[in-house]
Amino acid sequence: MTPVLFSQSLQSYLLLSTAMFSIGVFGLLARRNLVAILISLELILNSASINFLAFNKFCMPDKVTGQVFVVFIIALAAAEVCIGLSLVLLLYRKKDSINIEEAKELKG
Amino acid sequence: MIIDIVFFAIVTLTLTTAFMAVWLKNVFYNALSLIVCLFGVACLFIYLNSEFLAIIEVIVYIGAISIAIIFAIMLSQPMLQKNEPRNLQKMFRSLLIAGFLFAGILRTLRATQWPAVSVEGDYSMKAMGKAFLTTSLLPFEAVSLVLLVAIVGALFLSAGKSAK
Repeated sequence: MTPVLFSQSLQSYLLLSTAMFSIGVFGLLARRNLVAILISLELILNSASINFLAFNKFCMPDKVTGQVFVVFIIALAAAEVCIGLSLVLLLYRKKDSINIEEAKELKG
Repeated sequence: MIIDIVFFAIVTLTLTTAFMAVWLKNVFYNALSLIVCLFGVACLFIYLNSEFLAIIEVIVYIGAISIAIIFAIMLSQPMLQKNEPRNLQKMFRSLLIAGFLFAGILRTLRATQWPAVSVEGDYSMKAMGKAFLTTSLLPFEAVSLVLLVAIVGALFLSAGKSAK
């Protein structure tokens, strides 16, 4: 693994983003705290951004497309966090806890 | 040579803090690790020739999203609640699923031949701005609409009963 990571090749970036994605999925499954789940989601979105830019640099003839996609990812991540955090505050106000095991019913 | 060592250091930092951001029990430490991890990702963006996106990453992710997450942690006070002990069975299951995912994707990556093109090209902000206002104008406008709807929705949700 180490010699792959030492060179700035497409493979090393893909390896890095795969590792980050798996860490994010692990956090998504293992944590019960809503804020921690949002943090894991950020990790997953960032691994996607790294992937887009790596393919943009090494595999695309024009170097703009991947960067445009990453701008969209960042904007959508901001929107997602905005909604997610207001849901966190709402859940805390209703249930006095942000453990998602407590949020069992759909009716608000 | 020195640039490779710095690259390796940044990759190590990013992965370590990414792991800390999901592993540590205290949510506040999770948020702080996330900030360091996002900074590492911004450094990697510079290695990928996208200085503009590195700056945007620092401003939007570290300056806005992480601070909003810390605000939510402070407002919902999970620091005061005592941490429940880890559920080892659930940890093991999650680790298994994530490990299988990692191994599967890695196998596919090793088996695939990627097309190699020159890394030289026009990475400039000028070209990006042109692309935003010509080829990807519709997604650009759609994203601005999504952001507006998200802001209004968040305001409505967090206003609580007084808004209804």
